[in-house]
Amino acid sequence: MSTQTSFVTPAARLQAYASTADLAVSPPSARKVSDRARQAAASRDLRSEPGPIRFIIIALALSFLTIFVVLPLVVVFASAFSKGINAYFAALAEPEALSAIKLTLLVAAISVSLNLVFGVIAAWAIAKFDFSGKTFLITLIDLPFSVSPVISGLVFVLLFGAQGYWGTWLQAHDIHILFAVPGIALATIFVTFPFVARSLIPLMQEQGTQEEEAAISLGASGLQTFFRVTLPNIKWGLLYGVLLCNARAMGEFGAVSVVSGHIRGETNTMPLLVEILYNEYQFVASFAIASLLAMLALITLVVKTVLEQRLDEGQTPEGRSE
Amino acid sequence: MTIEVKNIVKKFGSFAALDNVDLKVGKGELLALLGPSGSGKTTLLRIIAGLDWPDAGEVTIDGEDALGHGASERHVGFVFQHYALFRHMTVFENVAFGLRVQPRAVRKDEATIRARVKELLDLVQLDWLANRYPSQLSGGQRQRIALARALAIEPRILLLDEPFGALDAKVRKELRQWLRSLHSEIHVTSIFVTHDQEEALEVANRVVVMDKGRIEQIGTPGDVYDNPATAFVHGFIGESIVLPVEVAGGSVRLGGQPLNITADGAAPGASKLFVRRHDMQIGPAGTGSLEGAVRHVRSFGPIQRAEIALSGGEGKTVIEIDAPRDRELQAGEIIGLQPRRYRIFAAQD
Repeated sequence: MSTQTSFVTPAARLQAYASTADLAVSPPSARKVSDRARQAAASRDLRSEPGPIRFIIIALALSFLTIFVVLPLVVVFASAFSKGINAYFAALAEPEALSAIKLTLLVAAISVSLNLVFGVIAAWAIAKFDFSGKTFLITLIDLPFSVSPVISGLVFVLLFGAQGYWGTWLQAHDIHILFAVPGIALATIFVTFPFVARSLIPLMQEQGTQEEEAAISLGASGLQTFFRVTLPNIKWGLLYGVLLCNARAMGEFGAVSVVSGHIRGETNTMPLLVEILYNEYQFVASFAIASLLAMLALITLVVKTVLEQRLDEGQTPEGRSE
Repeated sequence: MTIEVKNIVKKFGSFAALDNVDLKVGKGELLALLGPSGSGKTTLLRIIAGLDWPDAGEVTIDGEDALGHGASERHVGFVFQHYALFRHMTVFENVAFGLRVQPRAVRKDEATIRARVKELLDLVQLDWLANRYPSQLSGGQRQRIALARALAIEPRILLLDEPFGALDAKVRKELRQWLRSLHSEIHVTSIFVTHDQEEALEVANRVVVMDKGRIEQIGTPGDVYDNPATAFVHGFIGESIVLPVEVAGGSVRLGGQPLNITADGAAPGASKLFVRRHDMQIGPAGTGSLEGAVRHVRSFGPIQRAEIALSGGEGKTVIEIDAPRDRELQAGEIIGLQPRRYRIFAAQD
């Protein structure tokens, strides 16, 4: 659509503008409105680039996208189905594959739900209260984003590993954290922590504390205020954060790779299994798992777009439009 | 219900927002807290509501200590400057909120809640908006809904923070009269904060003038206008002509020239002479204790407003006066001026 309009000459577009405006508006006010539309279209032309340049820029962006995003996606699905549909589903039905899918879902469920709670609490504290050390806390929340995932995993090895700080104590009590589900969950929680908090803080800061104060002055308790006023106001932002958090939790490779131990059928998540199968030249099986992750990405993208629209709609708070 | 505030101190860092404030509000009063921004009026209101806590002092509502209770237990209706309506709820649910969050033991049944909300929406004359969302209302409508919501819990007192501050002039005027008639109808003890002197004088029974965290004067609207207790009140309420004068031995001098007025017991030293614009009597040149050249005249309604450059003092002092139109002034004319009513306060700096 946008590439099409860029070929139309300014004059033709101006006319198109005016005629749609005429059609849309009842006769008496039609002339006035179309005049305004014409002015708007004319001033827009002054500000925009000439046609050929626009074409080159758009073409560049599109070809870049095709090479780096669309092509790899196509390759993933093509390779997954290269031996036919039956081979694809057979690869997914392997016990190892099923175990990896289950583990990934379990880890994602644990880390997303915990980060949901922690993220809301952190965002609430930062956005609604003033306290010393607030900037420090915001920086801390961002830490997982700035640290390499491998380091994030290594931290847990240093803490819980056989030679780590608490290693001997854990061994003595027969508690398995490293190379087991708890370790994978911990590493994933660490890596995905910023998503929920980060998507909520700006939203909550913008909304301020007045509605909460109103609720409290009307006799609501703290919990009532949270569930009846705060939560409904942030629900779309919260879902947005949860969605991104979930996508990262399921796709995390680096940190999980360090703490998992790669025990087949036990501590391999989907991304880890993709690598193992690929290294063993089982391309169909490897890309079949990869295709599931790619589908997750596509679904995430669609839901994200919908949520962003909802967020934009919710962003016209009362009081702004007078 | 009565409110009593004693020795309230509130500091934000090193800035004293409230500096030893005492205030008593009687049953059924409609009181205005008036002052410039930063005078501490909103902070005082929030402390009474329980949304802020003082560093020292006491607040009692009906003789009962209020500081021991949080805002949710004080039973105080609070109306915010920017309405703070719940944006995800309809108008109906906004008003019903206070009734729905009551503890189960005292909560009314759904039918009673519905009837009560209907009654309140009727009271603010907006029952036809029940199913709209706040974003679909005009500013004035939102403010009336905010008021209905605050009244739903049958508050012991009603506190309004700059209730008309965000509205345009015409709606403001309408809502002022509406608030006053509403108050005489329901008679709940109310305090409202405003920086608009006209609003305070027109709506309130009593006006509390605040500046820099202190109360400057408490009185009826007529009182604070006619008998300002301090230079600040005189300058803040109504338009004033302020002239730097010197008080010595019972006489008042402007630029060394004695004025034909008495010092009225004002302390000797550098002082300020305050005269209302309409309290400056004009006469032919040579009469009165001041003389000046008319620079500019604008006439509207029953008065003419003249800009006058005072003679002496290098002609740099320009004052504005309001005179009746029985004698039309001309630009360039030299006239005599005599303050009819005036106040002299010691110069503070």
